[in-house]
Amino acid sequence: MINNKRNFSLNVFERASICRHFENEVYKRIVKKEIEFPVYLSAGQEYAPATIAEIVSIKKIKPLIFGQHRGHSIYLSFGGDINKLIKELKGKKDGCTYGMGGSLSIHSMKINMYGHDGFMGSNACIGTGACFSSKKPTIIFIGDAALEEDYVLASLSWVSKKKLPILFVVDDNNYAVLTKKDERRDWEAKELAKAFKMQSFDMMDDPMKISKYLKKSLFKKPTLVNIHTQRIFWHAGAGKDKENVFDRYLQQKKLLGRKADLLDEKIKKRMKLLWEKN
Amino acid sequence: MGKELRQTIKTITSHHLKKNKSQVFGQNLTGVGWVAGTLPKLFEKDGVIELPMADVAGGGIVTGSALMGKRPIYIIRYQGYNWFNCIFIVNYACKSNAIWKIPCPMMIRGISSEGSIGPVAGSAHISTIYKMPGLKIFSPMTNKEYSNVYKNFMKSKDVFYISEHRSSYSNTREFKNDLTGNKDIILMPISVTRFAAEKAKLILEKKGFSVGIIHLVNLKPFLIKSEWIKAIKKSKFGVLMTDNDYVDGVLRILAHQINEKTNKPVSVLGLDDKTAGHHKKVDNLPPNELKIVERIKIIIKKK
Ligand SMILES: Cc1ncc(C[n+]2csc(CCOP(=O)(O)OP(=O)(O)O)c2C)c(N)n1
Repeated sequence: MINNKRNFSLNVFERASICRHFENEVYKRIVKKEIEFPVYLSAGQEYAPATIAEIVSIKKIKPLIFGQHRGHSIYLSFGGDINKLIKELKGKKDGCTYGMGGSLSIHSMKINMYGHDGFMGSNACIGTGACFSSKKPTIIFIGDAALEEDYVLASLSWVSKKKLPILFVVDDNNYAVLTKKDERRDWEAKELAKAFKMQSFDMMDDPMKISKYLKKSLFKKPTLVNIHTQRIFWHAGAGKDKENVFDRYLQQKKLLGRKADLLDEKIKKRMKLLWEKN
Repeated sequence: MGKELRQTIKTITSHHLKKNKSQVFGQNLTGVGWVAGTLPKLFEKDGVIELPMADVAGGGIVTGSALMGKRPIYIIRYQGYNWFNCIFIVNYACKSNAIWKIPCPMMIRGISSEGSIGPVAGSAHISTIYKMPGLKIFSPMTNKEYSNVYKNFMKSKDVFYISEHRSSYSNTREFKNDLTGNKDIILMPISVTRFAAEKAKLILEKKGFSVGIIHLVNLKPFLIKSEWIKAIKKSKFGVLMTDNDYVDGVLRILAHQINEKTNKPVSVLGLDDKTAGHHKKVDNLPPNELKIVERIKIIIKKK
């Protein structure tokens, strides 16, 4: 599928770069109090949606997408309209969710991305029902905390029983707000999904690893993939819990060299401009 | 003998599945009496979907189906389970059109019943969800009423909650409001108490009282017709409302609205504010005709 690994990596990088520079612009505006509602920044976690978006794009599949509150990178990676997301965050009526969505409830029918209500993990059940009734390939993005919700576990069980074409992506940043995984549970997502007889994987957010595991079996059987990511900013708002967290984006930038540097510069400028324009 | 309501529900369901390629979701649907004879004997291939025993997720799954435009029917076999089953419906399906401009219409059949079924399953429980925006609630007890609600559902973009009652499934008759002349008091019953209210009306009329009746089917939105307002204003003692939900819920909300519009006293009689046990001696039942008659006598005496 992926003939040219470097091209693939660069394409994923481009998607991730849009997310990263978008979030950096949002960050500034939270600090300046231009945005006053809770914003869930996804910087550091771009690589899961960016890679999966690239894989489905290569496969020419347009899945239903159900994310939860930390959704900017999902929206942007899959090609959601950037101007409309900016407008949404500015509370404008011509925003992607008509000024109703804030950061948490954004949606885009252009990319089949359905909005989130605010109950973490509700998208697992709703996405499952949508897939069951439409039989369309579906991606459900949840966090490592949402996975603990009883109704999410029940959804996994039913997805497996009904053999639905669903990919559950657990964006595992280790945190439920600030409570770490090892304070909350003694099991791993991969083992849990196995118990439900689902295909499951556990991996870092390395794009080549993600593509290696998903390229063959995507939407062929119910699958859960737990992807370890690093949240750079606070759970909500602008700030850092700690300095020097591993940054996949910077690691890939370094790895991909000059082309990535140029893309990074170009996209950084573009995002700045778009935020000023809208 | 006319057609029983259960037959009408069954026919509507068959039609909905075949014509609209829809789905019916619920737990323990296939078998065990086929939901008191209201469900056609169909299976998953026909669109009758057995949900897992995961009540919260179940409501979310149906919401997803509705989001795809399937107009599913969701059967909640005991309204007490609304606590679990309705979370994602009232917080997602009911809000979807307002936030995302994506309608998420579904028809919920919430079944109420009572008598020796303990503290959780018995009675109506629409008060738990009544306040939520984007929800429409109806309580049809007759063939015509049910068919009308279904027709309206098919034209609507909203979530419809049909508050049913098991005792109504064998009903073959239609009800009529009575607001003729000057009434001493007007009954406004809901759900199964409509049968008791009709009986109470007869008992009281035999005793020389003039009793009006307004059968309530459309509970949310609750539209008070001008002819009702006129008749209530003319009445001597105002209104007695009855229901098979707890008294401190929908009943008082609706009573307040009627009182605001008419300036007449509106009394309410529903389930007592107490937990039901299982034995007859400790049950918590909706008002029957005798209780309604007794309350009306008290209201009249007070004046
Ligand atoms: C039903 C429910 N309970 C609690 C919360 C409060 N809450 C908001 S986000 C969050 C943590 C979510 O963590 P995770 O799912 O891992 O996603 P992340 O924030 O890490 O992206 C919690 C507990 C909620 N939104 N919904």
